[in-house]
Amino acid sequence: MDVFLQQLVNGLSLGSIYALLALGYTMVYGIIKLINFAHGDIYMIGAFWGYYIINTYHVDFFVALVSAMVVTAILGMVIEFLAYRPLRKAPRITALITAIGVSYFLENGMSLLFGANTRDFPQIITHKTLTFMGIEISNIQVLILCTSIFLMIVLQIIVKKTKMGIAMRAVAIDPDAAELMGINSNHVISFTFGLGSALAGAAGVLIGLYYNSIDPMMGMVPGIKAFVAAVVGGIGSIPGAAIGGFVIGTLETLIQAVGLSAYKDAAVYIVLILILIVLPTGLLGKSAKEKV
Amino acid sequence: MKNLKIRGVWLVLMIAGFYLINFLVGAGVIDSFIENMIVTIGINIILAVGLNLIIGYAGQFSLGHAGFMAIGAYTTAIIVAKLPTTIGFYVSIFAGIAIAVLFALIIGIPTLRLRGDYLAIATMGAAEIIRVIINNLKITNGAAGMFNIPNLASWPTVYILVCVTTIIIVNFSRSRAGRALQAIRDDEIAAESVGITPLKWKLAAFVLGTATASVAGSLHAVYIQTITPGDFGIMSSVSLLIIVVMGGVGSYTGTVVAAVILGVLDTALQSLGALRMLIYAVILILIMMFKPSGLLGHYELSFTKIWDKISSRSNKINPKGEQS
Repeated sequence: MDVFLQQLVNGLSLGSIYALLALGYTMVYGIIKLINFAHGDIYMIGAFWGYYIINTYHVDFFVALVSAMVVTAILGMVIEFLAYRPLRKAPRITALITAIGVSYFLENGMSLLFGANTRDFPQIITHKTLTFMGIEISNIQVLILCTSIFLMIVLQIIVKKTKMGIAMRAVAIDPDAAELMGINSNHVISFTFGLGSALAGAAGVLIGLYYNSIDPMMGMVPGIKAFVAAVVGGIGSIPGAAIGGFVIGTLETLIQAVGLSAYKDAAVYIVLILILIVLPTGLLGKSAKEKV
Repeated sequence: MKNLKIRGVWLVLMIAGFYLINFLVGAGVIDSFIENMIVTIGINIILAVGLNLIIGYAGQFSLGHAGFMAIGAYTTAIIVAKLPTTIGFYVSIFAGIAIAVLFALIIGIPTLRLRGDYLAIATMGAAEIIRVIINNLKITNGAAGMFNIPNLASWPTVYILVCVTTIIIVNFSRSRAGRALQAIRDDEIAAESVGITPLKWKLAAFVLGTATASVAGSLHAVYIQTITPGDFGIMSSVSLLIIVVMGGVGSYTGTVVAAVILGVLDTALQSLGALRMLIYAVILILIMMFKPSGLLGHYELSFTKIWDKISSRSNKINPKGEQS
């Protein structure tokens, strides 16, 4: 039982990273129906920003986190403006290929500029282990969980309570009707990209602290896993993405704990396919009625 | 009579292409480096044409093509290790097709009910499951992969198989099946209402596309002679998708053109390292921005149309004859 709880705690820390990434995927998909393949690379840029600002200016964790969020938010908006906005009316598969192109661009641009080698993330928070009812929790895990949950609550407030949040939901439901109500959908989409990218940047800094190593290709696999998490939770649904992230993270850790770590990716995809077959729109997704 | 002549033109073109490459190899213009490029392009054409059938004609967004290529490659590698002859190779191609078709049915029957991006994500997951299984089996030698696979195919085999698979897929697309698929692609409910069973035809396209992917995998195994599970990851499926979209979804001519352009580009930029992928990314984004429907859009090279144009010009009338 202790082992199970221990792994659950580990799974929740990893899951909260996936959840932060999945939120970005789900918001962008909800609003412009684009699988933003470059999202995982924004998370990588967040981690690299944290690495450089901590090593160069010796700032503390919170400055690194907040500045990484600002930088990735701007980056997300710039990418949206340059690469996706011209394709708003193009076939969706074209936008998808462009997103893949942006992803290649960021990965290889970073490899070219800073080298493809793996580097150690500066450990600005001294590692402590707390023992609680026989379960070991490191202070970094607590930090990751608290930061992610805090960010998710802030996001929920932004989406539910602010004017921009209402506009976001309106554009997601019906862009044309939203425009008629005086909402500038370009601003809203740009804001959505900024918000999602900021969360990815935060996740990048947190994963740097947790795993202690970063490289330009680090965003690819977590990006795909986070997208899977968003689909499992019901794409377009914000609570769904959070739940999906925790489910995928916990599942992965538990599979690893029972000694099947070679099959952990397969397990994630099997759960994905099973959920899609049983609940084609994910756990919390709304199913649209088919109209003839 | 006209159809026969048009088929004749295609046949002559294929034979001429074969002898052109043969002559250039003999004359020493094509060295082993360029031959390698030609074979890679050929394998990519087989893969991308099959994928275009699934995406362009059936309208089913599959992101798992590399998984089926892996099945063909590993089946061939395992059989050829025991039976290192040309006959062994051909047996292995059919064995690979059989296994790929089996997997396509297992994966396709539940997932082809999904739509759009959900299908893409499910097929991507399925291909990853195939890769993880290969990565952990003893018979496939795990993550280290299989090497020293006997070289049983050179460019003529690849050339002939490119022609054969393309003819099969193009004819399939222009048969009753292809028309049913286009109807499903354009409006599934309307197609259903005129008596087309969507799942049956989507599955047929999916199975045929994956079977050709398996053939390409077999060729890859015996030509490259080393295969690892990492060769068949998500990124290889994505690069096939790029070929299809860049050429124009639904245009087989476009697929061939895009495969050739990307193959040549890839070889030409080989010496640039990380810069190569950067240039590739920029070209990709620019093409998508300025030509969102792909290089050739829906254009299809058709000698029937050319024939009609010539004959209408000589007759000074415009016979709206049969078009293919």
